[in-house]
Amino acid sequence: MGNLLEVEKLKVSFRSHGGEVQAVRGVSFHIEHGEVLAVVGESGCGKSVTAQAIMKLLPKRGCSIKEGSIVFEGNDLLKLSANKMKRLKGSQISMVFQDPMTSLNPTMKIGHQIAEGIIKHKGLDKRKAKGRALELLKMVGIPNPEARYDQYPHELSGGMRQRVLIAVALACDPKLLIADEPTTALDVTIQAQILDLMKDLQQKLGTSIMLITHDLGVVAEMAQKVIVMYAGIVVESGTAEDILEHPKHPYTLGLLNSLPNYETAEKERLIPIEGTPPDLYAPPAGCPFAARCNYAMEICVQEMPESFETENGHHSRCWLNDPRAPKVAEFAAAGRDGT
Amino acid sequence: MTEAMLEVENLKKYFKVGKQALKAVDEVTFSVKKGETLGLVGESGSGKSTLGRTIVGLNEPTGGKLLFEGKDVRNLNKKERKNYNRIVQMIFQDPHASLNPRMKVGDIIGEGIDAHRLASGKERMDRICTLLERVGLHAEHAKRYPHEFSGGQRQRIGIARALAVEPKFIVADEPISALDVSIQAQVVNLMEDLQRDLGLTFLFIAHDLGMVKHISDRIGVMYLGGFMELADSGDLFSEPLHPYTQALLSAIPVPSTSKGSKRERIILKGDPPSPISPPSGCRFRTRCPHAMDVCASAVPEWKEVRPQHWAACHLY
Ligand SMILES: Nc1ncnc2c1ncn2[C@@H]1O[C@H](COP(=O)(O)OP(=O)(O)OP(=O)(O)O)[C@@H](O)[C@H]1O
Ligand SMILES: Nc1ncnc2c1ncn2[C@@H]1O[C@H](COP(=O)(O)OP(=O)(O)O)[C@@H](O)[C@H]1O
Ligand code: SF4
Ligand code: SF4
Ligand SMILES: [Mg+2]
Ligand SMILES: [Mg+2]
Repeated sequence: MGNLLEVEKLKVSFRSHGGEVQAVRGVSFHIEHGEVLAVVGESGCGKSVTAQAIMKLLPKRGCSIKEGSIVFEGNDLLKLSANKMKRLKGSQISMVFQDPMTSLNPTMKIGHQIAEGIIKHKGLDKRKAKGRALELLKMVGIPNPEARYDQYPHELSGGMRQRVLIAVALACDPKLLIADEPTTALDVTIQAQILDLMKDLQQKLGTSIMLITHDLGVVAEMAQKVIVMYAGIVVESGTAEDILEHPKHPYTLGLLNSLPNYETAEKERLIPIEGTPPDLYAPPAGCPFAARCNYAMEICVQEMPESFETENGHHSRCWLNDPRAPKVAEFAAAGRDGT
Repeated sequence: MTEAMLEVENLKKYFKVGKQALKAVDEVTFSVKKGETLGLVGESGSGKSTLGRTIVGLNEPTGGKLLFEGKDVRNLNKKERKNYNRIVQMIFQDPHASLNPRMKVGDIIGEGIDAHRLASGKERMDRICTLLERVGLHAEHAKRYPHEFSGGQRQRIGIARALAVEPKFIVADEPISALDVSIQAQVVNLMEDLQRDLGLTFLFIAHDLGMVKHISDRIGVMYLGGFMELADSGDLFSEPLHPYTQALLSAIPVPSTSKGSKRERIILKGDPPSPISPPSGCRFRTRCPHAMDVCASAVPEWKEVRPQHWAACHLY
């Protein structure tokens, strides 16, 4: 199957009084029809900015797309007129945001917020739109949809707000759903339901999903493909199995190792990745992970590693994968099998 | 027996929705021991945040009692009340809504320091910088505004703000949910260090059960405004008694694609009921795979089923 979305060498910067923040520094990936792509990475690494670039939601002032293309079904979204983009956004691509409170209108009843999009993009009359909105509320698991229809966002719990947002996003049967940390604020039984809901959409309607998450459990549950971002670049990409079972980048390995092991009875201290991501005002010339990496070599601080294909479709932007690099026995021993 | 720092007795918090009462927290009884971390998990809307907000004084309780270090919080005089507001701090669930967008980060953190006159001038600034570094940010960040930070960075600002006033008891409402895993581990280690160094007591609300188990000495499980189970965190994971806890534990997504790591999942049927008209008898009965006749007619008693292991279920 072909690609629904192709993002090529995307670069996005913000101007701030402190200088230029290079939030996204040459990101490329694609999403096939009906595929779930997970985007994982440290907070601030540019996941949301990438999503906002696709949705054309970047702030007008102080922000610029320096380079790259975003092709959706053959159209470069960066060249699309505002009007055409608006139509596309209502009907073909929709987004569920990280933060349900700021993306719902606090002064508008939640039912009306769902019905609004249906009236605008599907041309249904008010009564039919209300019926469809109630259906959607029920589908996303809101109890008592009739009573909740007339409530305002602040009267709902965080989890319910997130489900309302998903209902808004699904109102027009989009081809691509961009979900930015959609289950971060939810407890696991509801998360399980929402992930099931999204899986269902993917399987029944063939909706492609770009799922931004920091939960590697969610990745295992949902994604066919994964990209791991760090400091505005893609450091590793491959299938979910490649990434979770055979990581080829020290950052990915570090993420996996910093999870608590709740199967053991002992309380061990967690192993975080020490330090913080580099300041994107002046990103390092070499590997952005070098300052936190246990395997850093001299070349790492000098030169940005290229993206090595370690096996079919599995890419790692790390010098350890250069055929000339010393074999790191530790790397294999440090966690997963590292094969 | 370790001394209880906070005792919660039959606490209720109802909200008016139209003409009806929404029982966000209903008859909750538990205590938090000095120096421990009590984890709190539960369905969204189960009342965890409302309970936390009521404890720190952001909500007026509808009924029941809160005793802090043995004293009824309702009977505190003005000075004691101010002190209570300092030593009991909250870290919020929503790092976007809880930071004033028009204030610089340094002033957000400094606000509490000023209000309680803890430091001024250079000492104040030094303290802010130390706090920023302690939570994994940089001293230069003091001069920036919240919108310049990503969600995770903002949550760390919230933690620094809470720590600024030297609290004793912190209600942390999903403090790490917005953080990615490597930083979660740092923050959890940080909270454990702070607890050890400063003798802090935590009520830790979260939905990531793996992290909750790791950080908590004991864990309470809430559903529709009530406590379902409360136990030592190891016991809760190895021998969950309540059917809701069992479902909850089975829903944890495992970060592995290998088949062996997939466990049998208990899928809860039906929708979570509305807290405006909760089910009669056991609140969980509409979704419980073990529901019996008695579950509809009688409210299960909150009892110590095993030593230090509490549950509200007719099965026991
Ligand atoms: N100000 C309010 N007015 C009316 N109802 C409210 C208000 N605040 C909370 N509620 C209701 O109280 C119940 C408990 O909400 P609360 O925010 O405490 O849940 P929670 O357990 O923190 O959920 P989550 O995990 O989604 O954050 C919900 O049904 C919610 O709709
Ligand atoms: N409106 C903005 N102004 C200035 N900097 C911004 C803005 N939005 C995001 N950034 C910066 O861009 C980088 C990437 O942010 P973001 O994409 O939100 O991260 P995340 O991967 O956590 O979603 C961060 O360094 C962030 O501080
Ligand atoms: S390129 Fe070097 S510093 Fe970067 S991740 Fe690989 S080993 Fe570590
Ligand atoms: S009291 Fe009955 S319905 Fe409630 S959890 Fe126990 S068995 Fe299930
Ligand atoms: Mg983000
Ligand atoms: Mg909450």
